Amino acid sequence: MDQVILSAVVSLGAIGGTAAIILYFVARQFKVIEDPRIDLVDDKLPAANCGGCGYAGCRAFAEALVKTGDLDNLYCPVGGNDLVAEIAPILGVEASEKAPQVAVLRCNGTREHAVPKVNYDGPRSCAWAHSLFAGEAGCPNGCLGLNDCVRSCDFHAMYTDKDTGLPVVVEENCVACGACVDACPRSIIEIRPQGKKSRRIYVTCVNTEKGAPAKKSCQVACIGCGKCVKECPFEAITLQNNLAYIDPHKCKLCRKCAPVCPTGCILELNFPPRKVKPKTGKTPDQKVGKERNTTEDDSKAAESQSAKSQSQNSDNSPKPDDKPGKRASDSDSAPENTEK
Amino acid sequence: MSAGEPIVSFPLPKQGVIPVTQHLGAPAKVLVKRGDTVKTGQLIAQTAGFISANVHSPFTGKVKKVDQTTDASGYKRQAVIIDVDPQEQWEEGIDTSHDLLREITADAKEIVEKIKANGVVGLGGATFPSHVKLMVPEGKDIRYLIINGVECEPYLTNDHRLMLEKADEMMVGIQVLMKGLHVKKAIIGVEANKMDAIKHLKDKASHYEGITVEPLKVKYPQGGEKQLIKALINREVPSGKLPLDVGCVVNNVATAFAVYEAVQKNKPLIDRVLTVTGKKLLKTANLKVRIGTPVSQLLDHVGGLPEDTGKIVSGGPMTGKALTTTEVPVVKGTAGILVMDREEAWKATPRPCIRCAKCTQVCPQGLEPYLLHQYGEMKRTEEAEYDGIMDCIECGSCNYTCPSARPLLEYIRYGKAETGQMIRNRKSN
Repeated sequence: MDQVILSAVVSLGAIGGTAAIILYFVARQFKVIEDPRIDLVDDKLPAANCGGCGYAGCRAFAEALVKTGDLDNLYCPVGGNDLVAEIAPILGVEASEKAPQVAVLRCNGTREHAVPKVNYDGPRSCAWAHSLFAGEAGCPNGCLGLNDCVRSCDFHAMYTDKDTGLPVVVEENCVACGACVDACPRSIIEIRPQGKKSRRIYVTCVNTEKGAPAKKSCQVACIGCGKCVKECPFEAITLQNNLAYIDPHKCKLCRKCAPVCPTGCILELNFPPRKVKPKTGKTPDQKVGKERNTTEDDSKAAESQSAKSQSQNSDNSPKPDDKPGKRASDSDSAPENTEK
Repeated sequence: MSAGEPIVSFPLPKQGVIPVTQHLGAPAKVLVKRGDTVKTGQLIAQTAGFISANVHSPFTGKVKKVDQTTDASGYKRQAVIIDVDPQEQWEEGIDTSHDLLREITADAKEIVEKIKANGVVGLGGATFPSHVKLMVPEGKDIRYLIINGVECEPYLTNDHRLMLEKADEMMVGIQVLMKGLHVKKAIIGVEANKMDAIKHLKDKASHYEGITVEPLKVKYPQGGEKQLIKALINREVPSGKLPLDVGCVVNNVATAFAVYEAVQKNKPLIDRVLTVTGKKLLKTANLKVRIGTPVSQLLDHVGGLPEDTGKIVSGGPMTGKALTTTEVPVVKGTAGILVMDREEAWKATPRPCIRCAKCTQVCPQGLEPYLLHQYGEMKRTEEAEYDGIMDCIECGSCNYTCPSARPLLEYIRYGKAETGQMIRNRKSN
C-alpha cells in the first residue's frame, strides 16, 4: 500500500518537476516584454471603450499613450483633465490643461420654426431618411429628428425634446466623445469648446441653400447675408456656401453678431440678459436663445460700433448673398397641401 | 383598373421643368443658358460619361432659367426651366408624321449612335441608358433579345395599352434592336392576365421574322429582368453578372417603342406613356405626356385629388417612391402616378422579427431579407456583401409578406447603397 502511494507521489512529482523546468525555459525564451506602465494607465482609464479618443478601446489607448507619451494630442474625452493629471506622473510628462468640450446641435428647426409639410412614416432612422428625402420641412441639411444621435450616445447625454422634435444635449453628461457627430448623416452636431461658465455663441443652422429657399423651409435658417461677418471685430465669422460659421477659437464672446442676424439663427447660450430693454415691439422673429432680448436700438448701437471696428479690419468685406427685404415675401408662402 | 383607357395625348403645360438627371449614371451637361429659344426636340443637355444620356427639350419656347429645383425627394437637382410656346416648332430632321416606317435603313453602328443621340433610356423603371445595353463587349455571344411586356407592378397599365395600340411600331423597334445586337431571335414575355395583348401581339408578330410571344404565369416580380430570363429561357443570371453573361439583352416594350421613334423617325425621347391611377380617383387614365410636365396637372386632368389622399406615389405600389410635393415634373422614368387613400397608405407599427422565414420563402433571388435588413441597420457592409445584398432586386416582396410589418426593404436598400459605396471605394483604391 505504501509503495503504491510512494510510486504515485514520486512519478507525479517527477512529471511536475520536468514540466516546471520546461515551462521555465519556455517562459524565458518567449517572454513578452510589456511596459508595466500600460497596466497602470489602463487602470486609470474609465473603461468605457467608447472610442472617443480615436482608438479601438481603452487598452489600445493606454498602449498608445505609453508608446508616445504625448498628452497634448492624445485625449480621453470621458476622463477629461482630471485623468490627464493622474496619468501624467505615470508617463513622467507635464500635464497640460485642455479646454473642456461639448457637443452642440447646429439646428433650430423645431416644429414651429420649420413647419412639417409632409408626413414621414418610414423606419425611424436618420441614415435611411437622409438617403430618401430632404425632410418633413423640406430643409435638405436640417435635423430629421429620428434620433440616430440619441441612440448612439453611451453617456445618457442626449434626449429628444417631445415638443420641438429636436435632440437636446445634456451638458453635464456630455463627454464630447463624438459618437453623435459620427451618427448624424448630415453632420449637424459639432464638438465645440464648452466656454467659460458654459457661455457659447454659435450658428444654429447648417443649411447651405441660398436665402430664399432656406427661409422657405425654416424661419430661423441662416440665409448667408453676411451681416454677422461684417459685424465681427475679431474675424471669427466666415461665410461659406451661404452659411456663416463662428470659429470658437477666435470668438471672444462679444455678442455683437447675434443682434444683427435677421433671422435669429445665432444662438447665445448662458449669457446674462442684455442691459438695453426693448422700447417698441417690432422685433424680428428671434426665439432662439433663452436669454435673448434684441431691439432695434440695440442693433443700431451695435452697427455704429461695427463702423469703428470695420475701419480697423478693412479686408473684412464679404458680399451679402441676399437682401433681407427680399426674404420677407418668401417666408409667408403657404406649405404645400400634399402629403407624403 | 385603367387597362381599358386608351392612351390620350396630354396638352402642353405652360412651363416645363426638365431635370438633367433623368437616367441612371452621370448627370448630363447643360448646353443652353437663360434666354435661349429652344425648339421641340433640340438637345439641351449632353451625356457626361459612359453611363449617361442626352436630354432634349420637349417643348418649343424660351429658357427661363437653368437652376436648382426641388425634385420628388425634396433635394435640389439641376434642371432647365422652359416657358412653353403653344406654337410648336420641331427641330429639323424629326419625322412627326404617323406613318409606319418598316424598312430599316440604318446599320448596327448607326442604330446605336441614333439611340444614344436621341437619349433613349430603359423605360421599365431603372432608366438605364439603352445604348450602353447595345454595346456588347467582345467575346459575348448574344442569342436572345427579350422584350419585357410584363407590367412591372400592379396598378400600372401603360405598357399594356402601348402593346395594344402601338404594336406595329413596337415590332419595328424590336427588329431595330435585333439588328443592332445581331441577334436572330426575340421573345416578348407577356403575363397571361393580358390575353388581349398576347393575341394582338401574336397576330402582329406573325408578319415579322424571328419574333415570338410567350404568355407567362401571373406573379410578382415577373418583370425583373433576371426573373424574366429564368421564366422564358430557363437560365439563371449568376450573382454579380449581367444578362449578357447568359446570352440575353432585356428591354421593355416601351423602350422598344422609343427605339422605333429614335431610329426610324429620328425623334428624341421627349414624351412617354404613363398611368395615372388610384381607387378613389374620379377617373383613371393612360396619358402620353411630355417630359417636364408637372405632376399636379396630370392630377387635375383626372379630377383632382380625393379628400382622403394618403400618399401620392411615383411608380407602382411595390417599389414606387412617395412624392413630397406634386410640383415635380414627369421624367423619363415616371411609369405612373398612383394615388393611395389613407387606408392603403397606412403602415403598421413594426414589431420584432418572429423568425418565421416568410421573407426568405418569397424572395425571388433566394436571399435572406431578415438578415440583410439587420446588416443594413447595423451598417455591417462586408457581411452584407458576403450574403449577397447586391443581388437584391428591390421588389418589395419581403416587406409585403412580413407579418411583423418590419421595414425590410428600406434597410436593405440602405445597406445596398452603403455596400455599393464600399465596393466602389475598394475598386478605386
